[in-house]
Amino acid sequence: MSILIIGEHDNEFLTDSTLRTITAALSLKLPIDILLTGSGAEAVAQSNARYQGVSRVLLALNPSLNQGLTEPLADVAISLAKNYRYVMAPSSTTGKNLLPRVAAQLNVMQLSDVIEIVSHDTLRRPIYAGNAIQTVRSRDEQLVMTIRTSGFEPAERTDQDVEVESISWSERSYRSRFVSEEIVDSDRPELSSARIVVSGGRALGSKEKFDQFILPLADKLNAAIGASRVAVDSGYGPNDWQVGQTGKVVAPDLYIACGISGAIQHIAGMKDSEIIVAINKDEDAPIFQIADYGIVGDLFEVIPLLITELDKG
Amino acid sequence: MKIMVPVKRVVDYNVNVRVKSDETGVELANVKMSMNPFDETAVEEAIQQVEAGTADEVVLVSIGPSKAQETLRHGIAMGADRGILIETDDIIEPLSVAKLLQKIVYEEKPDLVITGKQAIDDDCNQTGQMLASLLNWPQATFAFKLKIEGEEAIVTREVDGGLQTVALTLPAVVTTELRLNEPRYVSLPSLMKAKKKPLDRRDIAEFEVDIHPRLEVLKTTPPARRAYGIKVKTVAELVDKLRNEARVL
Repeated sequence: MSILIIGEHDNEFLTDSTLRTITAALSLKLPIDILLTGSGAEAVAQSNARYQGVSRVLLALNPSLNQGLTEPLADVAISLAKNYRYVMAPSSTTGKNLLPRVAAQLNVMQLSDVIEIVSHDTLRRPIYAGNAIQTVRSRDEQLVMTIRTSGFEPAERTDQDVEVESISWSERSYRSRFVSEEIVDSDRPELSSARIVVSGGRALGSKEKFDQFILPLADKLNAAIGASRVAVDSGYGPNDWQVGQTGKVVAPDLYIACGISGAIQHIAGMKDSEIIVAINKDEDAPIFQIADYGIVGDLFEVIPLLITELDKG
Repeated sequence: MKIMVPVKRVVDYNVNVRVKSDETGVELANVKMSMNPFDETAVEEAIQQVEAGTADEVVLVSIGPSKAQETLRHGIAMGADRGILIETDDIIEPLSVAKLLQKIVYEEKPDLVITGKQAIDDDCNQTGQMLASLLNWPQATFAFKLKIEGEEAIVTREVDGGLQTVALTLPAVVTTELRLNEPRYVSLPSLMKAKKKPLDRRDIAEFEVDIHPRLEVLKTTPPARRAYGIKVKTVAELVDKLRNEARVL
């Protein structure tokens, strides 16, 4: 009768979204086990896995797990999941990819993008891109859920010892193989957990202008960078910068939307931000309806002024 | 090679969805319905594989009301060969959808299933993965690029932090991102022609799948509204507000 979290790490620390998933799990008041896989998992388990509520770290260290392929990871998770009342993962691309595969083997209907755990069997989750919130009760004996982490704080570290246990599972031959990866290594905060996000939209007009105006403002604020779907589709930034219904859902303390008109699609991904600032030339742009502070003006003039003003500190 | 594409009829993405005042759901009466945009991308991708010579048949499957025939006709008008409709007026959860699709896979024996990564109504993002799981097939979700090379599907996936490319030995399941392609426009003549193509209507009961919902929806409510904000005149005023009123800097 406990909780299994499929954890993610960067070979040194648990990811911020994993820490927020721990917080979500805490409300169930059950022991939490975290599964960590991949070559760096052991170091994370030894040095950086003491968090409130976490009783055990389960290590699966087979080399087949090192490249983030779905099939072996699903096999490990499925072999463990049978013994748990709850199986959880962050709504990261890894969690979204993996968990339904686990749920189907358990014959459980998954709950995706949980934003609130109301009771042991009742949860809240957004539907229609966040235009409605469902309160749902599961009739399954086990609950499998991905957590939309923007609504939870990261878990607190503790001094308590955490039990570390290596697990073995039966590997088989898999019908998928790793080809390549292009992961952008960046010093910037991660978009889905950053305290401040600076986002650019169609009005930037080109990748050059995006780089020239959005990047320095983000640097100034130590912010993550976001973009509207149009901006990403036009190549102003990489795919994983997209904020919105079909991209990332963020809820930073401060979200600065530059030249973003505010399509429903985009708003679905950022409307839970604490403070929203909108900079737009069109005073009727829908983004102003949800902005706490709006400034009507040309972003190519406003952004440099903003950087200068911030410099005055 | 045969490609199967599961498609769902959903509220059109341009419709501003409203929650019913009695909190029993969202308003669906007299609302425009369309093919789920992610599934439309999947149909387009399958047709492009036929045009490239890597596939020779595209079969669409939908589970839904009689009106979902329109959704299938739309996909056939885009270029798919035929459609299968599993008819029901009930809401079918992704787990049951995956079980029904599994049965169609056993009948049709496709080499590849391509479907949308999620439906824009329930936003579950589960069906493709569940189907792959039940079939014990490899999967590649969130496809940004797809290439068939011999016995493999080479798929570039959109993942947190960038892109990952994997090779799946067929048969396999692939789910789509919108950036995979630009679905083609459907002309009226092609819609008329699509009416002559085969569309097989099947009763959901014949599949003997337990479709009883596992999730009970207690209520559906609108999201919290944001308080109205203000427009500031100058950048100096904005920074002052952010520092001293909102205290986020």
